This record gives sequence, structure tokens and C-alpha cells, in this order.
Amino acid sequence: MKPAPFEYVAPATLDDAVGALAGEGGDAKVLAGGQSLIPMLALRLARPTLLVDINHIAGLDGLRESAAALEVGALVRQRDLERWAASRSSLFTEVLRHVAHPPIRNRGTVVGNVVHADPASELPALLLCLEGVVVARGPRGERTVTADQLYRAPLTTSLAADEVATSVRFTLPPAGAGWGFAEVSRRHGDFALVGAVAVLARDAGGPVSRARLAFLGAGGTPVRGVAAERILEGNEPTPARLGEAARAAAAALSPDDDIHATATYRRRVAATLAQRTLAAALARCGSGA
Amino acid sequence: MTRKIRLTVNGQEHERAVEPRTTLADFLREDLELTGTHVGCEHGVCGACTVLLDDEPVRSCLMLAVQADSRRITTIEGVAPAEGLDPIQEAFWAKHGLQCGYCTPGIIMSARAFLREHPTPSAEDIREMLAGHLCRCTGYHFIVEAIEAAAQALRSSGPGRAS
Repeated sequence: MKPAPFEYVAPATLDDAVGALAGEGGDAKVLAGGQSLIPMLALRLARPTLLVDINHIAGLDGLRESAAALEVGALVRQRDLERWAASRSSLFTEVLRHVAHPPIRNRGTVVGNVVHADPASELPALLLCLEGVVVARGPRGERTVTADQLYRAPLTTSLAADEVATSVRFTLPPAGAGWGFAEVSRRHGDFALVGAVAVLARDAGGPVSRARLAFLGAGGTPVRGVAAERILEGNEPTPARLGEAARAAAAALSPDDDIHATATYRRRVAATLAQRTLAAALARCGSGA
Repeated sequence: MTRKIRLTVNGQEHERAVEPRTTLADFLREDLELTGTHVGCEHGVCGACTVLLDDEPVRSCLMLAVQADSRRITTIEGVAPAEGLDPIQEAFWAKHGLQCGYCTPGIIMSARAFLREHPTPSAEDIREMLAGHLCRCTGYHFIVEAIEAAAQALRSSGPGRAS
């Protein structure tokens, strides 16, 4: 189908963009990469009266790395982050390779993917695993929302309709931490049926000092595997303990049944993927993330 | 309400007034009558409408024509030299990389950028790239062979041909 008619503005400043959103009383949408929004317009699942195209706003295309964090501006395409990651982060490289396909990643933005809040999407789960934040600007100024507080339901975040997400900030894993990522999908580039991403750090050859695990496709939002994290932190990462942690995290999930997979299948696959990603993260400890 | 846009398509500059809701795919096909860009699913899944935006492949059904203002677009009509076919088209012909041909323009546009970045791709690399393009005729096998043959032809013809 074709999108229904809408008005279109392409403001040059963030203030004008926020003003345009606020003036439309919740019926306006931000257009950045458009790779999730335009399909929804074409399918008429969304019928905004106004699109606010932020592509002409200066200063939103920055990719800034500090020792502890990576800040990604609202106009950074997924391919831009992929190119950064090629020399900087095997974790980001592996995750981004699973986000749709190159023609989609050339247009789709990192921030747009994060705030579109598809529960089966990779970057929201990565943001949760890395305890990231979203920075948003609205009529009442700027605020940051932690990933824990961001996701409410499928395609629903705690951002208001008149707020523009201006960047996301990923906390980079500490030096020596290892990572694991795995997903099951019908075809490469499809949304995952289930997936998991894990980061582990340990004291030299000793107990786990930090464990983070997040699932995608395992509920209405991306989900942290808190039960696994508690079992692992402060303890020796024996194979038995990794298995126990993975099972505990999967048992806490409430995935949905749909035409692609049953909830039971998703929970069982989640346990296996959690175990694999934790084991992969452990194996990479010391070799860098 | 329409907006005026000016853009370069296959080396030629065009200026048109477009409705904001017009996708780049519909603009190319209906306003510029460049019907080589095919429209399959109209929501970004099938890959048939893939064109190059400043040399990078994008789905033209997932971009508004107004967003292509002042940009440079290449479609399948801009691929072949004045005489004959370009090496990727040639390889698809030689290897039977198409049957009905509906998906072919999109695959060729993706393959141009892909082979620029991966001059010596493995069959697995090619299959991963093709996951973004639906073909219901060939079973993909001959498409993989065509892209392997194109890679070889481009390597032996020197750099710069697939840009």
C-alpha cells in the first residue's frame, strides 16, 4: 500500500523540531532513517498527520567515544556504527551484522532502532545489556532515560510524543571483558525469534566480577537476565554455574506465542542461547570486547 | 501540498514537485518513467526496489522522494555502458542468474556496492547479502554463481569498474 497523506516539515534546529511535534498534539512522528516508520505508514499501521524530518538538523550525526562510553547521535546510520565497529568493537560488529540488511542499515539510524522498541530487534537488547541511556529533548528541556526505564511494551517507550531522542549512550564493557551474541531467526537479517547478548568480566582467572545478559524476542520488550547475573557475580564461572544461570534467566521470561514459534519453544531456545552466549563471553574474557 | 525537489538520477538532473508521501520508488517509476526499479512488497522486505543513493544501496520504497532532494541516485537504467552490458549484468546473463527477472534490478544494484566492498567474496558472504533480496524463481544458486563470476570479471578488469 501507499502511505496516507501527511504534512511534512524539515526543520533546521532541534527547537523547531520539538515545537513542530508539540504543536501537533501527539499526531506527529519524527522521521530520521525511516526504515521502521515508512513501512508502518505504507501498511497504514501508523497515520501521523505530520512528519518532522530531522535529517537537516546540524550536530546530530556525531559518534563520540570516550574511555567508558560511546555516544551515538540521532542521525548516525547503523552502517556508520558498523564502520566504526570494524576497527573498534567485535561485539558491535557481530550485533550489527544481524540488523536487517546493508541497504536497510545504510538508511536506518541507531537511535531510531533503539526507540522504535521492537522487542525482537538487536540494538535495544544490546543497549539494555550495556546499561545504556537515551538522551531526549522536549519542550521542558533535555533528559536522559536509562534503558531499564525506556521499554514499556512492544513499540512503546517512556518517551513522550513531543520528545526527540537526540542520542543514545552505550556504556562500553570494561577492558578485559568478554562478550557473546546469538540469535535464531528464519533467515539472516530477519527479526530474531529469540536472541541473547552477554558480557562477562572476571578477576584474573577467578570469580565473575560483572555479568550482564539481555534477551530479544523473549517478551513484549527486551529483557535483562537479572537472575543469571545474580547467580554469576562473585562466583566461579564453572560450566555448571553458567548452565544454572542460563536456565534461571530463561525461566523468568514470559515470551509470547505467535505464528512463528510457541512460548515454550522460545523459552527453551532462550535457555540454550543464554548458556552459549555466557560461555562465549567467558571464553573471550581477557581478549577484549 | 507539494514540495519542489532537485536531484540527479543516472547523471541527469531533474526538478519536480512531489507530494511528501510519494516514495522514491514511485517517484522514479511514475514521475521519471524509470520503470526498471521494481516494486514488490512496498515495505522494505523484498529488495526489488533497491537503488544506489550516493553509491550506497537503499530501499527506494523506504525513502520519501522529498528526502532525495539534492542527492544522487543510480537505478538499473544507469548501469549499462552505451554499448552492451556491465560486467554484473553480463554475469547474470551468462550464468542464468534470473528467470522472471522481477528481483534482478534490485540484486544488481546491491551487488555493485557489495562487490566494491568485497572484491573476493565467499559463497557464504554472497548468500548473506542475498538474504535481503527475495527471488521466487531461481532458488538462488545461479544468482550466487553469477555474482561469483561478476567478482572475477571485475577483478580481472581492474579497480573502479563497480563504483
